[in-house]
Amino acid sequence: MASATEFSVPRSALTPALYRVVARGRETADVVTLWLESLDGERLSFRSGQFNMLSALGVGEVAVSVSGSPSDPGPLRHTVRDVGAVTHALCSCDVGDVIGVRGPFGTDWGVTGNATPHDTVVVAGGIGLAPLRGAVEELAAAQREGAGRVFVLVGAREPDQMVFLDDLAEWEKAGVVVLITVDRPAPGWSGRVGLVTTLLANAGFDARHCRVLICGPEIMMRFTARALNELGVDLASIWVSLERNMQCGLGWCGHCQLGPLLLCRDGPVVNYLEASALMNERER
Amino acid sequence: MSVGASVVLRVDDLATLITRLSELGYEVKGPVVRAGAIVSGALSGVGDLPKGVHDEQGPGEYRIAHGDDDHLFDWAVGPSGWKPEFFPPHDELWRARVGDGHVELVEIPDEPRPLAVVGARPCEAAALGVLDRVFIDGAHRDTRYVERRENAFVAVVECSSPAATCFCDSMSSGPNIEVGFDLALTELDDDDGHRFLARVGSVRALAALEGVAFVLASAVDFSARDAVLEGARRRMVRHLDVDGLAGVLARNLEHPRWAEVAERCLSCGNCTLVCPTCFCSDVRDATDLDGDVVRQRTWSSCFSVDHSYLHGGAVRPTTQSRYRQWMTHKLSSWWDQFDTTGCVGCGRCVAWCPVGIDLTEEAAAIVRFDGVTSVTRPSVRSHL
Ligand SMILES: Cc1cc2nc3c(=O)[nH]c(=O)nc-3n(C[C@H](O)[C@H](O)[C@H](O)COP(=O)(O)OP(=O)(O)OC[C@H]3O[C@@H](n4cnc5c(N)ncnc54)[C@H](O)[C@@H]3O)c2cc1C
Ligand code: SF4
Ligand code: SF4
Ligand code: FES
Repeated sequence: MASATEFSVPRSALTPALYRVVARGRETADVVTLWLESLDGERLSFRSGQFNMLSALGVGEVAVSVSGSPSDPGPLRHTVRDVGAVTHALCSCDVGDVIGVRGPFGTDWGVTGNATPHDTVVVAGGIGLAPLRGAVEELAAAQREGAGRVFVLVGAREPDQMVFLDDLAEWEKAGVVVLITVDRPAPGWSGRVGLVTTLLANAGFDARHCRVLICGPEIMMRFTARALNELGVDLASIWVSLERNMQCGLGWCGHCQLGPLLLCRDGPVVNYLEASALMNERER
Repeated sequence: MSVGASVVLRVDDLATLITRLSELGYEVKGPVVRAGAIVSGALSGVGDLPKGVHDEQGPGEYRIAHGDDDHLFDWAVGPSGWKPEFFPPHDELWRARVGDGHVELVEIPDEPRPLAVVGARPCEAAALGVLDRVFIDGAHRDTRYVERRENAFVAVVECSSPAATCFCDSMSSGPNIEVGFDLALTELDDDDGHRFLARVGSVRALAALEGVAFVLASAVDFSARDAVLEGARRRMVRHLDVDGLAGVLARNLEHPRWAEVAERCLSCGNCTLVCPTCFCSDVRDATDLDGDVVRQRTWSSCFSVDHSYLHGGAVRPTTQSRYRQWMTHKLSSWWDQFDTTGCVGCGRCVAWCPVGIDLTEEAAAIVRFDGVTSVTRPSVRSHL
């Protein structure tokens, strides 16, 4: 049986806790969701938008957002896209395997415990829905309790790259406005075709009084923010989740710098007013 | 005697202090001459200190010279500094044995003997203060660093002979030191002889001075110290005007000077390697001969392409973007991130740059033409 380790001195913040994969589900050809339980029986308390450092032991450690909801009492949930050595090892985990978890780290979407009477618009590109999934769960629950309306707009490159299809259907059933689109259709796709920005104008949210949460490639976030601004959304009401190389999550390794920000500490979720100048900075 | 007291030590008394520190259980280290440079090394006595040794430094230049005087600290800074003692270049953090659905993970203890440094420079003590902001004062404390730091005894020797590369006066981190030491020494040599003014900065220093012969310092010793520091300031030829500098750099990210310096910079990372405040590291896994996983933490440099690697490529693929990152971090965004400067003016990056790039000159060039943007590469900065 796995042995959780006793630490006599305070454990270093670089030492992970051990978690066992208790369930695993495939979202797309290269995206896998893992459900994890701590070997110590500890429960990780987090806010939507925060991330953990996940270790595939012997391969390395990477930043991955929590894709579960803080109010979900079940196992810790992460959704990983296989793009390289560590994410491949994580995606290849079987039920019963043990991985390392450190966290949670970083800023959050400001949704957890913060219901508003206004509309909330969630815009995601591809795997960008993973860091937003918990927030949508919370928002949908709040909407049922009388809080503002929720809009979920998702773009994927191709139909088979759309993640969380079951969740999207559930959210729609629960009264969330769900709009999806693909850049390139494929046989069998009868939905919309076009960039996620094309969904904005007719979605029906109140552009003057809403908050918008965006996660996707930087270029997608920039174009989305620009289109929203043209519709009358105040830039200060837009939040984006930014990504940089991260090796510690603690503000120690220096890799996640973006100008004045350490994104593991001051991000990943950043207000667009602050993010826009930095995102547009040519780093070449 | 109490903390805040000042005494005078003769060279023999310094020798006793070194012995005493070692009796107290410290591993005593200080500046020693090795391979043509003054570097940190073990001290068994005063004889190991760089007596009569001086350093000559300039952009891309460092050499030591031997004089016939018997001064022990008439030199500026060597390449190594004290950062490696507190933040090791390579550290092994934990080990895990991975079986079938079974993992045993243990931290690798870090229990070096407490360190006593005799002969750190004021800028080096200031640099440790900068590292403290990163590893101690943030939301997460680096327990390994904290332990080394808290156990260490730091005797600083104020500067009498800054090199041509030094600009600590501009950064308020030298040639004197007022806080952040156990013992602060000033080497004096005048009509009253060769001696050290020693200011006691901690209870630990009181313990270290037990059994060391000394006399209480007088006004004469303090005015001798003033003269040493005054001479040091006069000799400091390099300056950096920090007033408003952080803001100027932050708003000149499209300045043509970045492209110009990138023509010269080799992106070798020497500057980050010698800098006493650079703190970047990589965290990686290795597998040892037993098949155990070992999590390692190793210094890294923002001059490497990997440093900013994201799936799909580096965020800073060019030398221009990397030099700009380094320099704006030191002098500008460090303030945003840690509420302190990232540069203590030690001049190491100037001396150890193979092509002699001088950050004070680069910063001044940008200040001089504040607001200029490249004509050949128009700014793409817009609000959206
Ligand atoms: C705050 C944050 C949240 C994230 N959330 C998710 C998520 O929910 N799901 C998901 O699939 N991915 C997420 N990522 C991206 C994920 O961290 C990278 O895909 C992963 O680091 C790639 O590592 P690799 O070893 O598989 O790839 P390789 O390309 O082999 O990477 C080598 C090394 O480069 C670094 N690196 C490469 N790409 C990235 C990247 N995009 N971000 C940071 N470091 C990188 C890592 O240190 C990695 O170990 C997130 C990244 C950040 C910063
Ligand atoms: S940037 Fe250069 S002068 Fe400043 S502390 Fe680092 S090495 Fe010394
Ligand atoms: S500034 Fe000099 S030392 Fe630093 S990376 Fe460039 S060439 Fe190397
Ligand atoms: S991830 Fe290491 S400093 Fe942010």
